[in-house]
Amino acid sequence: MVLRIGADVGGTFTDVVMQRGEDFVSTKVLTTHEAPERGILDGISALSADHGVDLSEVDRVIHGTTLATNALIERRGARTAFVTTAGFRDVIETRTESRFEQYDLDIVLPRPLIERRDRFVVPERLAADGSTLLDFDVETARAVAADIVAGGYEAVAVGFLHSYRDGRHERRFRDVLVEVAPDLPMSLSCEVSPQMREFERFNTVCANAYVQPLMASYLRRLAGGLTDLGITCPLFLIHSGGGLVSVETAAAFPVRLVESGPAGGAIFAAHLASRHGRDRVLSFDMGGTTAKIALIEDQVPQTAKTFEVARTTRFKKGSGMPISIPVVEMIEIGAGGGSIASVDLLGQIRIGPRSAGSEPGPAAYGLGGTDATVTDANVQLGRLEPATFGASAIDLDPRAATTALMAAIGAPLGLEATAAAVGVAEVVDENMANAARVHAVENGRSLAEYSMVAFGGGAPLHATRLMDKLGIEELIVPTGAGVGSAIGFLLAPFAYEAVRSFHTATVADGRLGDGVDDPGFDVAGARRVLTELEDESRSFVRQGTLAEVAVERQVSMRYRGQGWEIPVRVPDGSFDDHAAEQLVHEFTKTYERFFGRAIEGLPVEAVSWAVKVASIIRPPVPVETIPDGPSAEPAGYRTIVDPPSATEATAAVVPRDQLAVGDCIAGPAVIVESQTTTILAAHHVAVVQHDRSLRVTRRPEQAAQQIGPDAS
Amino acid sequence: MTSIVDLQVMWNRMIAIVEEQALTLVRTSFSTSVREAGDLSAGVFDADGRLIAQAVTGTPGHVNTMAAAVGHFIRDIGADRIFDGDVYITNDPWKGTGHLHDITVATPVFAPGHDGAASRLIGFFASTSHVVDVGGRGYGPDAREVYEEGIRIPIMKWAERGELNADLVRIIRNNVREADQVVGDIHGLAASNETGRRRLLEMLDEFAIDDLDEVATFVFDRTHDAVMQALAAVPDGVYENSMDVDGYDRPVHLAVRLTVSDTGIHADFDRTSPISPFGINVPIVYAQAYFTYGMLVALAPELPNNFASLAPFTVGAPEGVILNAVEPDPVSVRHVLGHFVTDLCLGALAEAMPGTVPAEGAGALWNFQASARAADPVGDPRPPVELLMFNSGGTGARPTLDGLTATAFPSGVRTMSVEATEQVGPIVFWRKEIRADSGGPGRQRGGLGQVIEVAPAEGYLFEFQAMFDRVDHAARGRDGGGDGAPGALRLDDGSAFRAKGKQVVPAGRRLIMELPGGGGFGDIDQRDPAAVADDRAQGYVT
Repeated sequence: MVLRIGADVGGTFTDVVMQRGEDFVSTKVLTTHEAPERGILDGISALSADHGVDLSEVDRVIHGTTLATNALIERRGARTAFVTTAGFRDVIETRTESRFEQYDLDIVLPRPLIERRDRFVVPERLAADGSTLLDFDVETARAVAADIVAGGYEAVAVGFLHSYRDGRHERRFRDVLVEVAPDLPMSLSCEVSPQMREFERFNTVCANAYVQPLMASYLRRLAGGLTDLGITCPLFLIHSGGGLVSVETAAAFPVRLVESGPAGGAIFAAHLASRHGRDRVLSFDMGGTTAKIALIEDQVPQTAKTFEVARTTRFKKGSGMPISIPVVEMIEIGAGGGSIASVDLLGQIRIGPRSAGSEPGPAAYGLGGTDATVTDANVQLGRLEPATFGASAIDLDPRAATTALMAAIGAPLGLEATAAAVGVAEVVDENMANAARVHAVENGRSLAEYSMVAFGGGAPLHATRLMDKLGIEELIVPTGAGVGSAIGFLLAPFAYEAVRSFHTATVADGRLGDGVDDPGFDVAGARRVLTELEDESRSFVRQGTLAEVAVERQVSMRYRGQGWEIPVRVPDGSFDDHAAEQLVHEFTKTYERFFGRAIEGLPVEAVSWAVKVASIIRPPVPVETIPDGPSAEPAGYRTIVDPPSATEATAAVVPRDQLAVGDCIAGPAVIVESQTTTILAAHHVAVVQHDRSLRVTRRPEQAAQQIGPDAS
Repeated sequence: MTSIVDLQVMWNRMIAIVEEQALTLVRTSFSTSVREAGDLSAGVFDADGRLIAQAVTGTPGHVNTMAAAVGHFIRDIGADRIFDGDVYITNDPWKGTGHLHDITVATPVFAPGHDGAASRLIGFFASTSHVVDVGGRGYGPDAREVYEEGIRIPIMKWAERGELNADLVRIIRNNVREADQVVGDIHGLAASNETGRRRLLEMLDEFAIDDLDEVATFVFDRTHDAVMQALAAVPDGVYENSMDVDGYDRPVHLAVRLTVSDTGIHADFDRTSPISPFGINVPIVYAQAYFTYGMLVALAPELPNNFASLAPFTVGAPEGVILNAVEPDPVSVRHVLGHFVTDLCLGALAEAMPGTVPAEGAGALWNFQASARAADPVGDPRPPVELLMFNSGGTGARPTLDGLTATAFPSGVRTMSVEATEQVGPIVFWRKEIRADSGGPGRQRGGLGQVIEVAPAEGYLFEFQAMFDRVDHAARGRDGGGDGAPGALRLDDGSAFRAKGKQVVPAGRRLIMELPGGGGFGDIDQRDPAAVADDRAQGYVT
């Protein structure tokens, strides 16, 4: 019987999940910020004691953490030096030379991770084709190395121009520095992220070096603590791309851990998609501060090659720092239970991005918070109430919610408290719906054919309204939603994705070219890159498992002259002329799907290549959908308000743990459990599935008038 | 009667729809300035052509131009010739966005009534995108009349009742250099409008409404109230400012007189220099855009752009001044002076609202625009490669914050990656770095410029189109702050390089460009000692 532990360290809670065979048990403990391993070890001890588990029998521990992310946000990393090409000292400071907010005279741009005084330059220069324009100046390099040693730096990042093409000068600098400082942690951009575009690559290598000492010492302490508990199995880390890596890899490339928690959530959703046999799934994860939305296609979370972390202003694009690593692609917006509602200059209700967090928390928590939050609106609407609100043993105070809503929304707009709460709920749901729509458009998708999977404490409260707004026909609320990310860790494969920039293009009309007068597509070069990337990914995966692996190859392509690329899958097998032609054909088809029409006559360019190697995970046992069943007996009734119609309804209150497989709950209803609550409006119906997840659909007889707010 | 919450949700939805429209354009465009500079716009209009929502894109130059465009379409096409399935097009500088390179496409939206009534016109989508070529002499200030600047498409039908105007497509293909890309971009504009149209019809269904009248009225009323409230904070009166800049062949005097009342702000540019013989002239709608942007960013930054937010800001100037070019004046690079209009008008507003307006900044972009050619055209048959890169100097110091270093304002332009640019063409950047000591001193320091050293790759030379300002006229400080450093240009062997006009960077030489810094704000003696020390430690000030 497998015995595995998954641990997710978040900003407020540390979730620990233990898997015994097919069963999961879990616990939530408060995160200890000064020593995050403490929470994990306490949680494991508690589970072991409560369930009588012999920890020496644990065969795998998997960990994901926001520690690296928080270090970047709070700027708590190492004192780091950055060494770069002479003439380019300020790349990470001048960024894109633009303002992320067009209408703000007092805009403050993000500070560079490494200040100008800590950035050093060495004369050297490679050309775009990898040839040498200026030799590596070893004398200056020695002087810089001496300055770094004298300066007492704790970590060093190295980023030279065009090193994605050839890292030989970066490695020469490492040789020089190693001579005088053999133990100084060092990160090279050609190893951390060999992708073209200096701002993104330099920033990524700086971030890696910046968090490396902190993460290395943390991982050492955690491994030691696990050993002290009698756990002898290896520890693995979940990375932002949603796969497992060894502790050694994680310590060398800690920047790859940055989005690991949310990645676990996406894997959780993908697993459900697989179990329920759904090919198009929208993963909706709503917590206290933010909501995260990701697309799961063919049971695999979508990934991207770059993302932005530590946004400083309202989650606004461009206000953070770019990190070029493979990552589960998702959008995150300031829409959580704690998000604060206000009225702006235009008399419009605005939600977030400020959050009341857990301290002081929503007004209804009665912990001193006075701002009106999304949670307060949910209390006002009757969705949450003291008797069934299980989190953190908090006594909800509905009067405090009313007072806060009246002060922030009701009074300025001349609305009653309930109308104000309707407004807050509608606006936050619309914000999330708009974010989901934009995300779908960015991926060339239409959401109508998707199923939604909702998890995280807040999502089931809002999911049914969101599915109506997005025209989605089916919602699945899984069991274990409150610790979804940690469960996701236990379901993840060993996986590594290597990415590298390599430019080559067809001649006009997408023809490969004759390789002589008109060289065209460099098939041999592409084959070499693919082979090297596959070898690299395999070697990382082999550190964790000898299991059978799957290889997935992808290339980013565009028409020459464009600046945005579309990912296209490389056909399996040896990469030859035929495969290249197939690739171009596949690009044209994908372009049509995105933008409606292909463009004639132009060369097609391949820009960036990626190979992902992943261990093959045994697919979950599929469950048949149960379409209908006997009505469940409500434990009671209470009044809830339905936002679109702003009318009161008497809702059945149904405790989730008393439901049996096949039970049917017709809306209006409130399905309560310890970590969340699922809301059904009058036109929704939920059926308990074989895996005890709730499957929510709209009642067919009301389909015609389900969406319109004025249907009544 | 629709609820207030629903009206608000619909307003947000329409903003999301036009943002989606703009995003699609950025992704498909072949023009560097669309992709990197956001030189595009997208908007939704009511049936009378009043702008309801506009995407926030990189260029304020489309703020008013977009709003006015659909009115021109309705008038020129004629209300009785607007049919379901039509698509309209123009690149007329005076009916679009001020120069021929921007193509505007508008699509009418028809919707059936929910009570089964016949389909009728309820609104429009319009979008504008900068295309790579429009024929003529190519992009640059050298034409003497707009006729030399390229093909000028009057307002006409790109498609009627769903049928493409094949004659027009052929005419365009015969008149531009990169026909596949240009026609591809026009199809992209039409497709983005079509996406918007479908989303809008979905919204009408979802909220069970037949037209946009109620929601448009809601948007305009709310916005009008907010903009009036913002205007009330500005003391009524007349405020003046003027600014001298380098111009093309001779200095240009820009002057504005702002008349602030309870109902609006009017800008008069009558004392501005006369028309130039070169294509740096500005159609007034473009000057109005940068004026309006300056007022909104200072007074009401939270307001989304629509008919009601723009209406209170009006302009006037006699025909024949450089900010009111008329046919057939050449207008191709109208952005260089257009970008100064924001600082010009903010300078006048500073008199009305002391302590809120920044010092002057570098203003106009320092775009690197060159054609790289084989140094030996006989022995080396390689075709020339066009290169374009946007670069920015420093912005003016703010009343409480230093200026932004190497950052565009008022333009929203992004620079390109050096590595990506070197992948495109035979060019080598040897330096692109902060220019120390270039920020105007003050209690708040001006943003620093940057130094760029660039050379043709071995075997090549550059034919260079210089269009740089603030070499002879520095950005001025405010409230006792010092001026920013002016820009400078030279070759690495010490020979001079003019800031304006076509020149050659020979094979083996490097061009050195020092970009201007922004002006300082307040007295340098009042600068925080910690900030002074940090400037030294970081090497911002030596």
